[in-house]
Amino acid sequence: MNNTEHRNDFDLAAARRRCMRYRRKILDISQQVTALHAAAAFSATEMVDAIYNGLMAKDTGGAFTDTFVMSKGHGCMIQYVVLEDLGILSQTDLDLYCKPEGQLGCHPDYGVPGIEASTGSLGHGMGLATGMAYTEKFIHKSDRRIFTVFSDGELQEGSTWECMMMAANMGVDNLIGFLDHNGMQSFGDTRETHPQFYPIREKIDAFGWETAEVNGHDAGAVFDAVVNRKGGRPFMLIGNTVKGRGVSFMEGVPIWHYRSPSPEEYQQAISELGEISS
Amino acid sequence: MRNKFADAIFEIGSRDKRICALVADISPAGSMVNFRENFPERFVNVGVAEQAMIGIAAGMALRGMRPFCYTIATFSLYRPFEMIRDDLAYQNLPVTVIGMGAGVIYSTLGGTHHTMEDIAIATAVPNMTVLAPCDPMEMKAATEWCATESTGPVYMRLGKAGEPDLTQNADGPFQVGRVRRLRAGKGTAILSYGITVKMAVDLADELGASNDPVSVYSCHTIKPFDIEGVADILRGHDRVIVLEEHVPHGGLSSRVREVAWETGAGCELKCFTLKDAFIHCYGSHQDLLREHGLDLELIKKALA
Repeated sequence: MNNTEHRNDFDLAAARRRCMRYRRKILDISQQVTALHAAAAFSATEMVDAIYNGLMAKDTGGAFTDTFVMSKGHGCMIQYVVLEDLGILSQTDLDLYCKPEGQLGCHPDYGVPGIEASTGSLGHGMGLATGMAYTEKFIHKSDRRIFTVFSDGELQEGSTWECMMMAANMGVDNLIGFLDHNGMQSFGDTRETHPQFYPIREKIDAFGWETAEVNGHDAGAVFDAVVNRKGGRPFMLIGNTVKGRGVSFMEGVPIWHYRSPSPEEYQQAISELGEISS
Repeated sequence: MRNKFADAIFEIGSRDKRICALVADISPAGSMVNFRENFPERFVNVGVAEQAMIGIAAGMALRGMRPFCYTIATFSLYRPFEMIRDDLAYQNLPVTVIGMGAGVIYSTLGGTHHTMEDIAIATAVPNMTVLAPCDPMEMKAATEWCATESTGPVYMRLGKAGEPDLTQNADGPFQVGRVRRLRAGKGTAILSYGITVKMAVDLADELGASNDPVSVYSCHTIKPFDIEGVADILRGHDRVIVLEEHVPHGGLSSRVREVAWETGAGCELKCFTLKDAFIHCYGSHQDLLREHGLDLELIKKALA
């Protein structure tokens, strides 16, 4: 790939470099704590990067006017490292992750710089994002948008569907969702554990949303799908992803939902990351 | 009270554009037609979806609104409880959850529609204020406070239509966090909140004499609890009676007992509550209260 490949201002080569850096940083932090949801952050890395570094609007002072909500709160490591990259959180914040002197925990907390809502319990983000989007569009009459990343697991929560139905009823086309469809749950492959979970896209279509489905690790496809959406309805990008993406021994192995790698595993992971990013 | 609530929210909403109403498709919400017609963008009927009601309200509050969520108490508090805890209380958002028709008011609708544990549940949650005004005037003052002064979530327990005015001779105005004396007496004091304050007034009439009237207090704020105010009442009376339409534990009775213990109160303390039981009695509200033992004649007998 060459460095001149651009989508508006979204430089795909730069995105690849950032995503490698983000994954490395998450692995670095993993060596300071016994557990973090690295694999869940790796599956959403390209989507979160595209949102913050390509899609969200800013004012002339450089502050975001759009909002990001990490509905899959356990994926917040990727949000933290992006916020640090943007200067909204500090390296010290990352160094103090899950330490009593710090302000960052395993799930994002409202009030921390850059964190717009507390999440962690699944099935809450759709309601929060719908209420935000409705207020912006119909009460404040602004053009501000709400970007939200959902896990596929939280589509098993009834509250997600309640709010998804309501979002379409309310016509909040400023709500742009990303489904991190990694297909992995605590007990294994969702296709085996809950086959009637599928099809996903048709269900979301039937709830009145506009949808698109892409490889969630293909930053260009993610970006294009969002900017080319028709609008008029809430939008859900189904990003097909690999849990633990980028580290061979983590990919698709449930234990990495939570576990931190050992020092040896860390070294192997770091060297593998160099390979996929080139 | 619900029609008066609709009037109050319309009046406040007319001057404060941050006020919005979310309802979950119940017929009493029909009384809000004025609000809906005048402020359609600030009125949301989520349908039969209470988790959505609370979650969406939280999102609206995160964008500067001060929402009221309104449905029957069981559905406004129990069904979306985790949304109330995580979205409202954990984030400390100024959202008021109205529990309509609490207690066993919906008598013939059965246990699914009875709200007997709401005070215990709501007061257990950090950041939550819990209010239960006793008459339309107190409800209006409480609604005004929720709309304009609260800094976090509120659970407000309301009765139904037709409560009499009980607070016109109160010592002072409604103040969140302060017990309110409705009648001044000597030997005996009765403490209650919400719809049972009417029963407290009736009991005071029965127990009191012209030379020994009975005090009646509206304990409209169950959280934050007026510890000093209740300690004063316990000190100032020989006998204190608590009435509440709530299970025996975790409500006003429990709180008054805690204060009594902590302050070494020497007065007699009698608590009358609902039973710790689901009672299958399909009669009137009064019939069901009697089955629970919360009845004027039964209480008088127990006190004799």
